[in-house]
Amino acid sequence: MNILVCIKQVPDMESHFRPNGTATWFDESNLAFRMNEYDEYAVEEAVRLKEQLGGNPEITVLSIGPDRVIEVIKKALAMGCDRAVHIQDPDVASKDSWQIASIIAAYARGRQFDLIFTGMQSQDRGSAQVGVLAAELLGFPSVTTLVGFAYADGVVTATRELEGGVKGKVRLRTPALVTCQLGLNAPRYPTLPNIMKAKKKEIATFQPGELSSEPPLTGSTAFRHHEKKGSGVVIEGDIAELVEKVIVILKEKTAVLR
Amino acid sequence: MKLLLVGEYREGKLLDTSAELSGFASAIGADASMFLVGSAEDVPAFSGTLYLADARVYGEYNPEVHKQLLLKAVEEVNPDLVVFIHSSYGWDLAPRVAASLKAALVSEVIALAGSAYVVGCCNAKMHRNVTPSTSMVVITIQAGAFSALTQGGTPSVKTLSTEKVSTTEFVCYEPAEAKDVDLAKAEIVVSAGRGIGKKENIDMIRSLAKAFGGELGGSRPVVDAGWLDHGHQVGSTGQTVAPKLYVACGISGSIQHLAGMKKSGFILAINKDKDAPIGEVADVLVVADVVKFAPALTAKLT
Ligand SMILES: Cc1cc2nc3c(=O)[nH]c(=O)nc-3n(C[C@H](O)[C@H](O)[C@H](O)COP(=O)(O)OP(=O)(O)OC[C@H]3O[C@@H](n4cnc5c(N)ncnc54)[C@H](O)[C@@H]3O)c2cc1C
Ligand SMILES: Nc1ncnc2c1ncn2[C@@H]1O[C@H](COP(=O)(O)O)[C@@H](O)[C@H]1O
Repeated sequence: MNILVCIKQVPDMESHFRPNGTATWFDESNLAFRMNEYDEYAVEEAVRLKEQLGGNPEITVLSIGPDRVIEVIKKALAMGCDRAVHIQDPDVASKDSWQIASIIAAYARGRQFDLIFTGMQSQDRGSAQVGVLAAELLGFPSVTTLVGFAYADGVVTATRELEGGVKGKVRLRTPALVTCQLGLNAPRYPTLPNIMKAKKKEIATFQPGELSSEPPLTGSTAFRHHEKKGSGVVIEGDIAELVEKVIVILKEKTAVLR
Repeated sequence: MKLLLVGEYREGKLLDTSAELSGFASAIGADASMFLVGSAEDVPAFSGTLYLADARVYGEYNPEVHKQLLLKAVEEVNPDLVVFIHSSYGWDLAPRVAASLKAALVSEVIALAGSAYVVGCCNAKMHRNVTPSTSMVVITIQAGAFSALTQGGTPSVKTLSTEKVSTTEFVCYEPAEAKDVDLAKAEIVVSAGRGIGKKENIDMIRSLAKAFGGELGGSRPVVDAGWLDHGHQVGSTGQTVAPKLYVACGISGSIQHLAGMKKSGFILAINKDKDAPIGEVADVLVVADVVKFAPALTAKLT
């Protein structure tokens, strides 16, 4: 069995974001990057499946981006992926989901993957598009928003999260693609021995142009801070003073404090 | 401009998203048809054409079958814009349809900006405009972003059919877990987010909730990490609350969390990040380390 996991490196969401020169996306300087949260669940689920099947499947982890993405690739290898593909693209931020999905599909095509795991969405772009688009391009059936996963004899039983706590169970045959939702599992922390082992694992590199040169279907402009709608106040300073201020405000504005 | 709106129907019920879709159509000032895999006995109230496939024939949501049916409606209407709600149905089906049409796809639209669509990014901290470059465009709109509009009227129905072949098989629904706490009844809800740092700090937020005489809630990561039971989760996949006072402790204010609490009477947020999107709805945003602030506030209240 052959498994592909697609991961994206994203900035820490607690960062202070500033637009880049063309305001198409954020300025990358002074940002700390990490693995997209949703993709950690994807990596973990793939590794669990490998363990369930007695270590037989081979897991390839793929990431498209500049050289900094090697850091998250190494983390995925230390979590238990076997080999990696780095699609070297310093210009990844200017590509839309259609282009990213086209590159992933072009890589996967003809490489006989039985299962592809992606995150449900990326924390920075949050489009929830790349996984399903790649599946459609490959002609794979796919399931989104996975909160439960079971595999036996070429059949995936997947639990999708719907609204209001309701879930929907579906069955499909491999080859298939699934997009992983938060809480699907508990992603492991790489152990030191596994971090050492990961250093020896192969990282193959490709140029995006070798795989796909699809033009974009959308453009991005006017990257900016969210527009504050409310009339709320922001208070800062010494903790004791903040507490006093909050008590005064709550007494004045709400009927909950006596 | 011609719109094709995609309605939703589940387990024998029309979901009340069609009014929001109509609201979007009126915001854009365009005539709209609607697509629905549902029932002729329970059609959305609008005056236009409803392209209807019978849910008794096609069953519960099946991505491939619904895609084929919707593509038939697209062929008949030839719309400029296909509009979904950004729901588990919309974000699943929209990319499938967009890929077949090779149409630009814009997810979770919150507003219009001329011919561009405004969307959130970076966990709702930032906004940007997305400009489509294809003639037909597929979008999903954020639930609640466009005010609902009940048009009234009766649509003229055109029936759709397709061959029922699919590689995905619907098995069953699993109902929501019974909740041990009914947060909706509480006058005060104090919620813990990932910003509290560790499981041990839950007690600190619980003490604050107690000092206020309120209930304890939490954001999803806190529940996913096992710091709190699912019954305490506030948000689109948890409970919806509207207490007199909501206190958000170390919660960033993602769309899905806001969906569960933004109707609260008064919102007090404690966050070390001044730019956190919770500031968009908070009446007071206290910029502080919640681990220091929460015990100090508790002490003052008791
Ligand atoms: C389909 C779907 C459904 C979802 N449903 C829900 C749902 O029902 N409910 C829900 O909550 N989420 C839901 N989510 C997840 C949601 O998108 C966010 O990931 C989540 O709400 C983030 O939780 P958080 O704010 O606690 O954590 P984070 O986003 O990690 O934010 C932590 C915050 O704490 C602040 N902070 C850090 N340290 C401190 C400190 N010492 N003092 C003060 N502040 C600090 C940070 O500045 C940050 O703003 C859903 C997601 C999807 C895709
Ligand atoms: N640059 C990338 N490299 C590899 N995988 C990606 C990349 N961008 C997105 N993905 C995958 O697609 C998923 C959905 O992303 P998005 O459509 O941007 O929300 C992510 O969770 C990843 O699994």
